[in-house]
Amino acid sequence: MALEDRNRVVILEDRVENVSGAEFPLSFDGQETAFNMESFRDSFDIKIIRVTPTDIEFDLIGVDASIANALRRVLIAEIPTMAIEKVYMINNTGIVQDEVLAHRLGLIPIKADPSEFLWKHDGSVPTDQNTIVFRLDVTCEVNRAAETGETDPKIKYINSAVYSSQLVWDPKGDQGVRFESNPIKPVHDEILITKLRPGQTISCELHCEKGVGKDHAKFSPVATASYRLLPEIQILEDITGDDAELFRSCFPPGVVDIVEERGVRKAKVVNPRKDTVSREVLRHKQFEGKVRLTRVRNHFIFNVESTGAIPPETLISQALDVLVEKCEISKTALAAAVKNGEEDE
Amino acid sequence: MESSQQPYQGQPVAARARATTYNCMRCGKFNELKPREPIRCFDCGYRILVKERTKRMVQFEAR
Repeated sequence: MALEDRNRVVILEDRVENVSGAEFPLSFDGQETAFNMESFRDSFDIKIIRVTPTDIEFDLIGVDASIANALRRVLIAEIPTMAIEKVYMINNTGIVQDEVLAHRLGLIPIKADPSEFLWKHDGSVPTDQNTIVFRLDVTCEVNRAAETGETDPKIKYINSAVYSSQLVWDPKGDQGVRFESNPIKPVHDEILITKLRPGQTISCELHCEKGVGKDHAKFSPVATASYRLLPEIQILEDITGDDAELFRSCFPPGVVDIVEERGVRKAKVVNPRKDTVSREVLRHKQFEGKVRLTRVRNHFIFNVESTGAIPPETLISQALDVLVEKCEISKTALAAAVKNGEEDE
Repeated sequence: MESSQQPYQGQPVAARARATTYNCMRCGKFNELKPREPIRCFDCGYRILVKERTKRMVQFEAR
């Protein structure tokens, strides 16, 4: 491994090389490449690329994979949200069995700020501080107004399909006042819960509690939270003329452009971020030795999609808070361990 | 006292003919049927009727 390659994962036709990091002392013939705070401070950066109400894309630059992965795992499993946890079934004559219906209800994302609620520990009673109550009372009937011979169940019957919008929030205690400006409801109104036919009815009370993704996936605040390494296309030798055309077609649109320099058409990499690293270029003989595909080992492109309960930018800051908290715990634990070790000597 | 002195006649006490609600499996109509009445939907004449589910509450974990 060459020194300048220490932050590159090299992608070859049939294998990926240079996979592990080299942030330990003397891995390059006397060169000091171990972690040090000063150079970290210089190189570290977070760039927010795109934020929408549900998604965020940002770059985390200059950290080890362990940090990026910790952030990803915290996002998935350790940020609390509210979700339906207890289902009190009073009546259910629909085809979906009680257990299955309860499970489906549990997976519905609830738009409620979890920081407004307390944890409901084992044995503690439900109060307005730790529980949100919803009611679901639906009965399917024949639609008398429908024409005879109508075949579409949505017109033929009333309430033939039960949607998440039919969950009715039942404010307890001061919840009605506390959440007046932002009433609690499912994030999406058109989640199909079950289907009914005339005479079938569902009546139940649903209790939402605060929880984290490591307990059950329904509490996870993200739909996806993933990262990839920034792709890099190194052109070692100019690619010109028709070859440039072919070179461009080896990548997704927008990755490579063709520029004219002194009457010569030349391939130029403009946006390697868009590359899928399909390795198509490596199949062509004419590019042998002219191109090198790598990925930047310490440049993580995060893609986080929120379920809608917590805005994506808040999600990231909460994840970082959880991570800091974890570091504090390890720090005190390590300090205690060191102290104990000294006493033993 | 009088009732206890009455001798047991070996005859069951005539139960009051209680109507029970049954649901037609074809048209969904709720039929009030008394014992010994023909099992038949008043509306559509279908002969498969089912009893209503108990209204007793059952608790489930949404997991």
